[in-house]
Amino acid sequence: MNTTRRTVLRGATASGVLAGLIAAGALRPTLVLAADWNKAAFDAKDTSTALKGLGAGTAAESKDLILKVPDIAENGAVVPVDVTSNIPNTSSIAILVDKNPTALSAMFSFANGALPDVSARIKMGQTSLVKAVAKAGDKFYVAQKEVKVTVGGCGG
Amino acid sequence: MADPMKIRAQMKGDVAEIRILMGHAMETGQRKDAAGNTVPAHFIQTITIDVGGKRVVDGQTGTAISRNPVFGFKMKGAKAGDKVIVNWVDNKGDKRTDEATVA
Repeated sequence: MNTTRRTVLRGATASGVLAGLIAAGALRPTLVLAADWNKAAFDAKDTSTALKGLGAGTAAESKDLILKVPDIAENGAVVPVDVTSNIPNTSSIAILVDKNPTALSAMFSFANGALPDVSARIKMGQTSLVKAVAKAGDKFYVAQKEVKVTVGGCGG
Repeated sequence: MADPMKIRAQMKGDVAEIRILMGHAMETGQRKDAAGNTVPAHFIQTITIDVGGKRVVDGQTGTAISRNPVFGFKMKGAKAGDKVIVNWVDNKGDKRTDEATVA
């Protein structure tokens, strides 16, 4: 009997199961502290694709999500953005710019007492709607505001 | 190795305000240098903040964050003396971890 063949076959089955587990996310190849970078969402050219990448297909407008951006940004390379969510159980906030080459700027998840409140400085290529998308429970909420850009912050 | 971050964490009432300034070029991959060559993308991709030994913020960023990024966060449940550890990793694998104490 060809024992080598049997051993190889058994080994192949075992590693096949292992690969399946890794794919399913049950086992991670390396123990990473931070969540893996969401390439699909960050590479998306438009807002709707980016939102799909985040798992947010539809987002309802909410007055409890407060997006503070300037009306006019003189320098598109530095646009201050401040997002505060008063929606209960907000677990993450994403910032998107409709007309940027890639729509998604950043996303943050909050835990252990962190308030769903983030300020950042983003780049804007041209005048565009800026959107804040908050996740609370299984639902997504959006707030948006237009920022006029006089000098673009991309390319150059 | 990148420049150290500037981290300020201050109690305002029962809320701790954490502000972080990172030194990073944040190249979008769209800019061209003087010779007309595209400057390759080089930007921070993940940011984590731990306060008092607990992960409080887990962030992912794209190319549209400004050069030398500034971020502000708020949290409840922190107290003066808690250690704040901020870590970032960029798309080239460069990383930086810095600490501060809640004041």
